[in-house]
Amino acid sequence: MERIPILKMGPFLLVTIQIDLYDRLALTLENDLINMVSQTGARGVLIDISAVSIVDSFMGRILGNIASMSRIMDAETVVVGMQPAVAITLVELGLTLQGVHTALNVEKGMELLNTKLGDNLGPDDEEEEDQDDRND
Amino acid sequence: MNTTAQVLEKNKERILEQWMQNQMADASLREDLMTNDELQRQSKEMLDGLLRAISKGNYDNIYETEFEQVTDTLRDISITRARQGFSPRETGTFVLSLKQALIEVLVEQRQGDTSTLYQEIMQLNTLLDNLSIVTFETFIKGREEVILRQTDEISEISTPVIRVWDGILALPIIGTLDSARTQIVMENLLQEIVNTGSTIAILDISGVPAVDSLVAQHLIKTVSATRLMGAECIISGIRAEIAQTIVHLGIDLSNIKTKATLASALQLAFNMTDLEVRRSDRNKSNKLLR
Repeated sequence: MERIPILKMGPFLLVTIQIDLYDRLALTLENDLINMVSQTGARGVLIDISAVSIVDSFMGRILGNIASMSRIMDAETVVVGMQPAVAITLVELGLTLQGVHTALNVEKGMELLNTKLGDNLGPDDEEEEDQDDRND
Repeated sequence: MNTTAQVLEKNKERILEQWMQNQMADASLREDLMTNDELQRQSKEMLDGLLRAISKGNYDNIYETEFEQVTDTLRDISITRARQGFSPRETGTFVLSLKQALIEVLVEQRQGDTSTLYQEIMQLNTLLDNLSIVTFETFIKGREEVILRQTDEISEISTPVIRVWDGILALPIIGTLDSARTQIVMENLLQEIVNTGSTIAILDISGVPAVDSLVAQHLIKTVSATRLMGAECIISGIRAEIAQTIVHLGIDLSNIKTKATLASALQLAFNMTDLEVRRSDRNKSNKLLR
């Protein structure tokens, strides 16, 4: 059976969906992902949907579920690279994915997760370094 | 005894003359839009076609093949007139004054034979009424085409997406937002976000005359779609009366960033991207320092 690979990158999990999701595959992904979060103690989940061109309300709900479940397990979810057509469809369906963070691409998504992680840990060295970088 | 068609064919010249006279007599004739020669040519073409068509004995159904030429000529004339800016009255007079001319000639020819005359007049009446319906349909279609083209042009020119800074897009909306335009605005904006990799979009609604619940709904949709893409949306250019309407209608914009002017929205966008605008000491001009 087809599975979507889940990659571990430091404290984060990276999922790249490269095929159009059907219901069973989406459910398997949800299941696998939550298991991985619990096994690895990941602090963030990044889902790249830049190759997904078709979504339905079920897929929208799965994304929302993943975000809610991850948050309970102390991991933030970022969905990146949504196509304009997909965004319009989701809005028309009335799914605004409350509670899911979004970013334009993987790079910006990683940046966002890093900031979130920094915020959660409280003000520490990491943040000061960031500010130093900006002043350069 | 001659049929109506034959009688009319014999008196063609006279009908044409009479018809031209009727058209000229109308005070509203626009000589600036069309020369008399052109009018004469159109009238002759139309009359020829009509007489040829009724010579087959068909007086009622103008959708038969023999009437094709007449209706085609008529459609051409009304479409051209619609584009040239003739009023409906002028275009209508063109066909209706022909009826008068035909009847005048028939009355002359059928002296004494009242029952035939009555029948013929009734037939011609129906025929020409049908033809004038065709004229009006086409005239209105011509006008509608003009309106449609203009609508398309307006919606195309009025939704530009401007890149005001690296990573900041602005979209000034001018005119009323309806569903179709929101769709175009949304598509343009989202595509441009992908193309430029921008993280902030400013929707400026200073050019929107009124905001009702539908327009607000469309704005909220656009903001949500932008957020789904991973960009932030700021709405600017909210005038006092628009703010009043929004509150009176009970529309909740609390989770959308709103600013009164484009300038303050840009300021907010700079803050969000950790940019700063500073006055340079050296030449006293505004300079942006990263």
